Amino acid sequence: MLAFILRRLFQSVIVMLAVAFVSFVMFNFVGDPVNAMVGQDTTMQDREALREKLGLNDPMPIRFARFVGNALQGNFGLSYRTAEPVGRMIAERLPATLELSLVAATFALIVGLMMGVYTGLYRNSWLSRLFMTLSLIGVSLPPFMVGILLILVFAVLLGWLPSFGRGDVVKIGGWTTGFLTVSGWKALILPAVTLGLFQMTLITRLVRAEMLEVLRTDYIKFARARGLSNRAVNFGHALKNTLVPVITITGLQLGAIIAFAIITETVFSWPGIGLLFIQSVYFADIPVMSTYLVMIGLIFVIINLIVDLLYFAVDPRLRIGGGGGH
Amino acid sequence: MAEPVLEVKNLRVEFPTRRGTLVAVDDVSFSIAPGEVLGVVGESGAGKSMTGSAVIGLLTPPGRVAAGEIRLMGRRIDKLPYGEMRKIRGRQIGAIFQDPLTSLNPLYRIGDQLVETILTHLPMTKAEARARAIGLLKEVGIPGAEDRIDHYPHQFSGGMRQRVVIALALCCNPTLIIADEPTTALDVSIQAQIITLLKRLCAEHGCSVMLVTHDMGVIAETADRVAVMYAGRIAEIGPVRDVIKHAHHPYTRGLMGAIPTISEREGRLNQIDGAMPRLNAIPRGCAFNPRCPEVFDRCRVDRPDLMRAGGSLAACWKAEEAVNG
Repeated sequence: MLAFILRRLFQSVIVMLAVAFVSFVMFNFVGDPVNAMVGQDTTMQDREALREKLGLNDPMPIRFARFVGNALQGNFGLSYRTAEPVGRMIAERLPATLELSLVAATFALIVGLMMGVYTGLYRNSWLSRLFMTLSLIGVSLPPFMVGILLILVFAVLLGWLPSFGRGDVVKIGGWTTGFLTVSGWKALILPAVTLGLFQMTLITRLVRAEMLEVLRTDYIKFARARGLSNRAVNFGHALKNTLVPVITITGLQLGAIIAFAIITETVFSWPGIGLLFIQSVYFADIPVMSTYLVMIGLIFVIINLIVDLLYFAVDPRLRIGGGGGH
Repeated sequence: MAEPVLEVKNLRVEFPTRRGTLVAVDDVSFSIAPGEVLGVVGESGAGKSMTGSAVIGLLTPPGRVAAGEIRLMGRRIDKLPYGEMRKIRGRQIGAIFQDPLTSLNPLYRIGDQLVETILTHLPMTKAEARARAIGLLKEVGIPGAEDRIDHYPHQFSGGMRQRVVIALALCCNPTLIIADEPTTALDVSIQAQIITLLKRLCAEHGCSVMLVTHDMGVIAETADRVAVMYAGRIAEIGPVRDVIKHAHHPYTRGLMGAIPTISEREGRLNQIDGAMPRLNAIPRGCAFNPRCPEVFDRCRVDRPDLMRAGGSLAACWKAEEAVNG
């Protein structure tokens, strides 16, 4: 198991280096950073001096090594747009996105699991059919559409929930949270539902398919033949066996939720890193964009690592080798 | 004779399909006395497993008991609601399935599966249930039961897993065990061990067995009585000795002929020509008539019911002739 973790860690480092390289390349081939930093009337000498000072004339491997070294120390350079350190800009906005993603993922997982188990157990009930129809809508509607519709209904027509922003936030250390105020929670609901809806329907359909598969197996029939209660059979024996694929998909989807928060944040003017990224794209703010890329890559890698470790927790066949098989 | 443990009368199992209703088990009646081992033998699709599933109330939907009745210790159980039937399964009727590799939940320790079954049915503490589980594992011959109880199914071989399954079937001292092809998925060398074990344990616990198999050898070795099924009906039923030595139904004789014996080493193995009819194409008259070597006109028109033939009952017009003539 230790060997497995080490191997996966090694793979993660390789992946991160590749991501870092792509984001490093952005600096060099998407426009000239010196052009972006100086005014039009700067002389060629000054430009050359700046180029030398920034180390842009060094060979590429050295520049890449310097880039990785700086990134490891949390130094991602200055934003072209605001001249603030990129690291700080991201750190300020990360809590908003993480809170939104966390709530969206929890919503998707809990509601998705419940609906999946229900539709798997009672395939032909009218409620199952309703759920499956709804999930079809959830899968096919694009998030921005869902967001706009939700705003129309709950913010404009009913006026129950705010249509933009985070509401009141409380600052704890470097972390701003909306979890501690009523208006913070109210502001969270619409964006979280918008962001989590697609993942929720995906999880519903996955859990349902897995449940149907597992309920057909011999060990479920045998569990029933042992007279176990429905609850023990359905939620113990059956659900646990559906978890491995569900964990995989949920893990990958959590990464996707954080990455695709861009659209939801734009629709709801949510002050997170997704909105920051969109603003940076308008200004061709390369340091912010490349840092965002590295950070999303890192989140994906970490989540995948956790998912792999969760397999071991769920499935003893991976954890413990065979004892007396023939 | 004491009251039978299991009594099945005129059981009919149907499968509604889009192309009409299939009758998987048709007018099957038998009973099992206390401590008795009834073998149920037949080709695949003869309805023998289906009969077993009907008895424990676990027919795969849309299959259903369409007619007849099933009584356990005199109590009618085929119409019980799910919750009542659940209390009988595992408690009064234990089940053993064909494939031990897939009968156990791979994510649960075998001890957990045993303890959970015991606690479902018996008023015990967890510690008592665990002690009982260890005792059962010892009884079914699992070495080092104290340690092995915390192992997962994948850490056991096929034969060992079937022993665990037997322990699970026996864990609440049932009055009846339904063993559906308990040795089919095992190595030949293991099969005899498992059958011997099953027979010994059921004798010790005083429970009756309905042993479903297609292996005549296993039946001859184990059963007290045997029911031969063909196309959803019982072709012949009677004490093992009578059925094997003096089979009255041509199908039973065909099955016997298909077992190789050492004394006839040079001869060709007998086989029954043709295949069992599909459930949607069961011929008129006796279902066996297209394959029967002794067929005559009446067989193609009238369907024979079970009738007395020597020490057993056979569904064959020839048997009637033999008795009357």
